[in-house]
Amino acid sequence: MSDLGDLYQQVILDHNRNPRNFKRVDAANRSAEGHNPLCGDRIQLYVQLDGDTITDIGFQMPQGSGCAISKASASLMTEAVKGKPVTDAESMFRAFRDMLAGGANAPGKLAAFSGVRAFPSRIKCANLAWHALHAALQNSAQPVTTESAKDF
Amino acid sequence: MLDTRRIRPDFPILSQKENGQRLVYLDNAATSQKPQRVIDAIVHYYNFHNANVHRGAYTLAVEATEAYEAARTAVARFVNAWATEAVVFTRGTTESINLVAGSWGRANVKGGDSVVVTAMDHHSNIVPWQILCQEKGATLRMVEITRDGRIDLADFGRALEAGPKIVAFPYVSNSLGTVNPAAQLSKLAHAAGAVTVVDGAQSSPHLRVDVQVLDCDFYALSGHKMLGPMGSGALIAKPALLEAMPPYHGGGEMIERVWDDRSTWNKIPHKFEGGTPNVEAAVGLAAAILYLEQLGMDKVSAHEQELANLAIERLSQIEGITIYGPQGHRAGVVPFTYGDIHPHDLATILDKDGVCIRAGHHCTQPLMRRLGVAATARASFYIYNDVDDIDALVKAVRKAGELFGVPA
Repeated sequence: MSDLGDLYQQVILDHNRNPRNFKRVDAANRSAEGHNPLCGDRIQLYVQLDGDTITDIGFQMPQGSGCAISKASASLMTEAVKGKPVTDAESMFRAFRDMLAGGANAPGKLAAFSGVRAFPSRIKCANLAWHALHAALQNSAQPVTTESAKDF
Repeated sequence: MLDTRRIRPDFPILSQKENGQRLVYLDNAATSQKPQRVIDAIVHYYNFHNANVHRGAYTLAVEATEAYEAARTAVARFVNAWATEAVVFTRGTTESINLVAGSWGRANVKGGDSVVVTAMDHHSNIVPWQILCQEKGATLRMVEITRDGRIDLADFGRALEAGPKIVAFPYVSNSLGTVNPAAQLSKLAHAAGAVTVVDGAQSSPHLRVDVQVLDCDFYALSGHKMLGPMGSGALIAKPALLEAMPPYHGGGEMIERVWDDRSTWNKIPHKFEGGTPNVEAAVGLAAAILYLEQLGMDKVSAHEQELANLAIERLSQIEGITIYGPQGHRAGVVPFTYGDIHPHDLATILDKDGVCIRAGHHCTQPLMRRLGVAATARASFYIYNDVDDIDALVKAVRKAGELFGVPA
């Protein structure tokens, strides 16, 4: 049995309390909305792409929406991909998703979410922001929901 | 209070561990656990009486039919239905309401008409009416709630001024625990010329229900929330309305004669029970009803009320806790939030201590918007819960506060 401390690691609690890049990006040229209809959580993601590079990124969640896992995941994701080329962001997306599906840990601080694997009911929370990022980078106009993506 | 030391051994699942802890099941508004007697009734039916109902000429089929119809009598007695044939078996409250919308609604609601629901209704008492209204070009009017979580009677009155065809409301709110004045609402709606549809999913397990005193036209219930099997449920309706309504599902059993191009319909309630019914569910529901009747529904209500009051009192002592719903009389439903801890995190943390609560919108998104929250945590009680369960709940909530650094 895994411990609550494996799920709510300090880095996750910290990013939940003080989410980074928790802002609207006015110069964004890509955006996506993510929605988990099971719990009502919503994320609005803003991405500023300059050529092939993510020069700025931010996210917002309506008041009271967003559990610690989904908020910290979005926050750490924005830190991880900011300033990176799109291809790096997409490979981090795959690594993160694979980690939650039981694969190897994702690189760097993203590994903090490895504990989510033991809490199947929370995997969608951790994945939500990443799927929104993927949609934004694909320039998909469709809002992302945790109930539509096959590999959520 | 009920003697839970005698009740708990009747429920095999309660002796199980949840994450290595004593199982503290506080999600009864979602579904109840099942006593051994209900499980046994289902097994007994399959071991000794299983056959298709209403058609066999052999003894076994007669026994199956008798078991099925005896279950109908039990449901009729439990809610004091107008007649046994006033009870239509369904898969649950959702199907019961869809039956009313799809049959009575489609036959009687026209473009320009209105249908009234309330902002505290479960999606199952909203969405079928949205579908009907969109199909017919009718208006769906949602009655507002007061700040303390009751139906706003002034707004209810305004909604009735349009002369709605249907007025639907919950007897007990699954998200707030509010016990609505169902008889009064029904009377007002009738005076405005409407038929009334009462969502009884939360009232049937918890209150003594008398549909003749409520004088509603349709009453929907789910068996699985009242110790019965999943997939059991009923629509209880005034027989004259059922007589006049067109069928809901076509198929075997619901017909009288089938010509090449048309058919005539069986008597009520069979007209609404096309296809082989879920006899197992009906038999299990009858056993559940017997169990509740032996406890006494007044005692069941009092037990839950006491637990809810105690839970509210104990949780309120924790700084940062907000309790939703009316003060005073309520069903055993306690919705709350705790500081800025998201209810899903609360539910995960509580689960580690074996405490099962629900977190989310509880299938009441319009209500959540009005409460100004995305989600709440909800503890809901039933006959097997006791003070120890509340101790476990409060202890686990405090632990969540420590983990998330909410000031104690």
